[in-house]
Amino acid sequence: MTDVVATNQTILVVGGGISGMTAALEAAECGKDVILIEKKPSLGGRVAQLYKYFPKMCHPTCGMEINLRRIKANQKIRILTMAEVTEITGDSGNYSVNLTISPRYVTENCTSCAACGDAVETEFDDEHNYGLKKRKGAYLPFLMAYPQQYVIDPRLIGTADADKAKSVCKYDAINLEMQEETLTLNVGAIIWATGWKPFDANKIQAYGYDRIPNVITSVELERMMDPTGPTGGKILRPSDGKEAKDIAFIQCAGSRDRNYLKHCSRICCTATLKHTTYVREQYGDEGKSTIYYIDIRAIDRFEDLYHKTKADKTVSFLKSKVANITQDKTTANPILHGVNTEGYQRYTNAHELVVLAIGMEPSVDFKQLGVNLSINEHGFIENDPSNGGMFGAGVATDALDVNRAVQSATASALRAIQVVNQVATAEG
Amino acid sequence: MADKKKLGAYICKGCGISERLDIDELAKIAKSDGKVAIAKQHDFLCNSDGVKMIQADIDAGEVSHIVIAACSRRAKTDAFRFDNVAIARTNLREGVIWVRPDTEDAKETTQEMAEDYIRMGCAEVKFMTLPSASGEQGRVDHVLVVGGGFTGLTAALEIAKAGYLATIVEKTGALGGTAAQLYKRTPVRSPFADPQDNGIADLIQQIESNDKITVHLNATVSKTEGAPGRFNADISPDIGTKTFGSIIQASGFTPYDATQLPEFSYGKTPDVVDQLGLEALAKEANGGAIKRPSDGKEVKNVVFVQCAGQRSEKEGHLSYCSGHCCMTSVKQAMYFKDANPTVDAMVIYTELRMPGAAGEDFYRNGQDKGVTFTKGIVSEVVSEAGKVSVKFKDLILNEEVDLESDLVVLATGMVANSGIDSEILLTEEDEKTEEKAEEKTEEKTIIPIVPAESILNLEYRQGPDLPQLVNGFTDSHFICFPYETRRTGIYAAGPVRRPMDMAQATEDATGAALKAIQALENAGIGRAAHPRSGDLSFPIFRKEGCTQCKRCTVECPFGAINEDEKGYPQFNEARCRRCGTCMGACPVRVISFENYSVETVGQAIKSVDMPDEFDEKPRLLVLACENDAYPALDMAGMTRREYSAFVRIIPVRCLGSVNTIWISDALNSGYDGIILMGCQKGDDYQCHFVKGSEMAHYRMSKIGDTLQQLQLETERVQTYEIAITDMERVPKIINDMAATIEKIGMNPFKF
Repeated sequence: MTDVVATNQTILVVGGGISGMTAALEAAECGKDVILIEKKPSLGGRVAQLYKYFPKMCHPTCGMEINLRRIKANQKIRILTMAEVTEITGDSGNYSVNLTISPRYVTENCTSCAACGDAVETEFDDEHNYGLKKRKGAYLPFLMAYPQQYVIDPRLIGTADADKAKSVCKYDAINLEMQEETLTLNVGAIIWATGWKPFDANKIQAYGYDRIPNVITSVELERMMDPTGPTGGKILRPSDGKEAKDIAFIQCAGSRDRNYLKHCSRICCTATLKHTTYVREQYGDEGKSTIYYIDIRAIDRFEDLYHKTKADKTVSFLKSKVANITQDKTTANPILHGVNTEGYQRYTNAHELVVLAIGMEPSVDFKQLGVNLSINEHGFIENDPSNGGMFGAGVATDALDVNRAVQSATASALRAIQVVNQVATAEG
Repeated sequence: MADKKKLGAYICKGCGISERLDIDELAKIAKSDGKVAIAKQHDFLCNSDGVKMIQADIDAGEVSHIVIAACSRRAKTDAFRFDNVAIARTNLREGVIWVRPDTEDAKETTQEMAEDYIRMGCAEVKFMTLPSASGEQGRVDHVLVVGGGFTGLTAALEIAKAGYLATIVEKTGALGGTAAQLYKRTPVRSPFADPQDNGIADLIQQIESNDKITVHLNATVSKTEGAPGRFNADISPDIGTKTFGSIIQASGFTPYDATQLPEFSYGKTPDVVDQLGLEALAKEANGGAIKRPSDGKEVKNVVFVQCAGQRSEKEGHLSYCSGHCCMTSVKQAMYFKDANPTVDAMVIYTELRMPGAAGEDFYRNGQDKGVTFTKGIVSEVVSEAGKVSVKFKDLILNEEVDLESDLVVLATGMVANSGIDSEILLTEEDEKTEEKAEEKTEEKTIIPIVPAESILNLEYRQGPDLPQLVNGFTDSHFICFPYETRRTGIYAAGPVRRPMDMAQATEDATGAALKAIQALENAGIGRAAHPRSGDLSFPIFRKEGCTQCKRCTVECPFGAINEDEKGYPQFNEARCRRCGTCMGACPVRVISFENYSVETVGQAIKSVDMPDEFDEKPRLLVLACENDAYPALDMAGMTRREYSAFVRIIPVRCLGSVNTIWISDALNSGYDGIILMGCQKGDDYQCHFVKGSEMAHYRMSKIGDTLQQLQLETERVQTYEIAITDMERVPKIINDMAATIEKIGMNPFKF
């Protein structure tokens, strides 16, 4: 049984991505007791799947290492992975939260020695790589995964492979009998840092993501760039595994569109500017990036990156919302059709690869979850007094870049502290 | 108690360690060379039984200093957390068996590697002291907020709501700042349709009725000294010195001076205004028709010129985007449309930047209200005979347009009120004293009309204000850590930090309020702030040996060290971030930390068993930044990338903490090659301590001379910038060094 101590002066943070980790750490480093829950087997969230951050082109795992070290050093934070909220009752300063914890089938005894992973043969789509790669049925989700503890895929349970995994573990760390647990916590304040998911590209039928192999999404490109990722750090065409040097980037793929996401996802323009540096990193002057855009929203000092990108001769900008994409049958090149808004010329442009700058949508449907939060038409949490002691943080509140998400998370930590401090004062 | 250090070594046999290494031999070496009293082995040290074994020895007073020889210091941190003992982690798993082939040939050198790591761990822990807070300062639950604009007011209120005290110091005679000049603000709630009340009156009312908040109007901070937990600020005039736990700087922005845009006729005719000018007109109209300043007639058509004097490389213009102006122009266009839908309101833009849900919805609502948007570049605004016309190139229709208009609004940018740029001051000083030159050659963009008056008047060795990042803003350099500050306990918030609108300023003020509270809480118990959060160690300084060379006071990335009248360093524990750059800088080695010192690393370096020259077993030393290079080395191990068994790796807090004595000691004790692995330096630095990696590179550039004097090849010491993702590159760097040594031969100083 998972043993967790919580009181109405405890802050619950839901979501272990960068916003949730930040909110938890900032509150804990003010001396507050925090429980951080994450539905996946490890912390890190979406940023752990990114190759680099704009505009500095630094690696997300660098900041993640610091945050993990802060977590390891702080005994005020209790982390529960594979945990999800099922119900919340009560009010500000006194919530009762029901959680379910899915079985990991691996206990804290795990030393991540990798023996089970080596022994198991069954493979599944690797979620960390958006299914672009397979992983073993016993696995460490990624190298920086924390807790540094293996996971057995539930689909392995009952198979001979599961028994094999158990039999090679010298540390009695595998428990195939583990069951789903439910848990009720009493907490004072709740921070929702549930983040985002990429908009489902299949819905944008005109772009043919589901039928043209060389149309991929921006989040998939991030995985390709990872040296340990599905393509070993190269930009390879799914159709033939060849390097793609002439790449089209389509902005607002799913965003700023009444048919899909009405909102602007904010990050996609700057992310695409960053992606052109990936192309340059791979091919130098041999690469070619073409950006199809409505507005390049590189606000405040991101303008510098836009400025630099415009000076790069391998990058061109075309103001157009691409109408549709077809495929050249012989080359498998996607062909983009549309009208260049500047001058109104029609174009039919073939590229070796198309990257859809895919929009962000909230990862949790709060209405469906039945939590009493003020949710706007886009599905984001709006901080409203009626939310009581519950606060949104990061991309759960709006489409934000990492810097702004962390800013929002830091603010949410104070809002939660205000609630538990009131509880503390009231209880003397 | 525990005057006498009692050393114990605990060696794990799990994860294949005992299959690959001779554990009995390791235990023997811990006793013989490492001088530990206890050397125990365990099949599975990190399980509850292994942990209990160690804890029992601690509880029985058998050990005060322990070496855990198992996996990387980054692994199994929960299991190996023991209170009240000094701990060294020796990495036999990721650092030895996982990077070496399991072959008969490799067995001997792999064992030697492990044996040396045992020696090194024992040597390190022997010279550690368990850190404890110095108690330098007390706890003061009071935050100074400099600036009484929207950001400052929000911060003060949030601080008070959390139960702490706040004092606002506002330069002018009224609260509210620029936000108070706005007729309305952009909406903060869905459906983001209409401009809303600016909220300032309500905010001021809340501030004034809150007994935890003190307000000083017509006041400035004329002097700030001290550290988190004990900042003394002189509030002028007449208020005197008050003590604060931490500080928020919300000094806001100055609107760009539009008279610098003669091509847009600003100043030539009252019918060309900037955005604040339009707010004044809208306030005056108060929902009625907005009147033309020149003749008082109702404005029938208005043109908004976006990016006026900004996003431009022209001299005197701002190169950046101010972020809020597109939203603001749409809001202002709505003022006209809401009062009279027949007014023509056109926004001429190059990129319409209205991000997120709020931005796009507001844009769409602007379109629904009949605001027109044209992509174009305005070349000129001409004012003639009482008429104003806007000349622009319409980028959609690809034609030159001359548009007559009753009123033109220039969307000019924000200029940060950052005070004095300490970096420039320092650079000038360095050039004057010619102490160190070179690296600070990058051009600084001097922004016009930045007030040269200091905001905080810090009595700091490194200047009176917060260091600036780019374009005069005092932003953090870190994507993941927007509140990272180079002056511990002082947090910039609002448009002084980064151009921003009021919605973002709300979040920013609240976030800064949290950091300010955290800083005073940390100071109260002597804990370090991010990134070494919770660290209780702090620099210990031995004054007798100090030569007053000032390197530590100049090189501290956080301005934590002052100088007394005689030029001795004055450490301020609560300002210190524990990176050790001062320790690395000190030529006479009088600075150290309890648990990290010239001795802990130096003794570890010297403790290895050095084969003689004829053994053909070179020794390579790697000093690796613990934040990025060391994890990269770990991940090389996790992915079973092999590297030379001749290497000995020591993690360092920051490459800036590397004292050159370690290099010369290593060479003198027979190491053949030395590799320093730090973070990226330069403009896009990734060093978490800002300048540590840069300082190390600079110092190592000097070591070439020393090597040549010793008639040693300069290739023997190499410095690299390593990213945390470099798990392929780090083994290669090590192996390349091994190859280099094979080529140039062994260090002749072996004995």
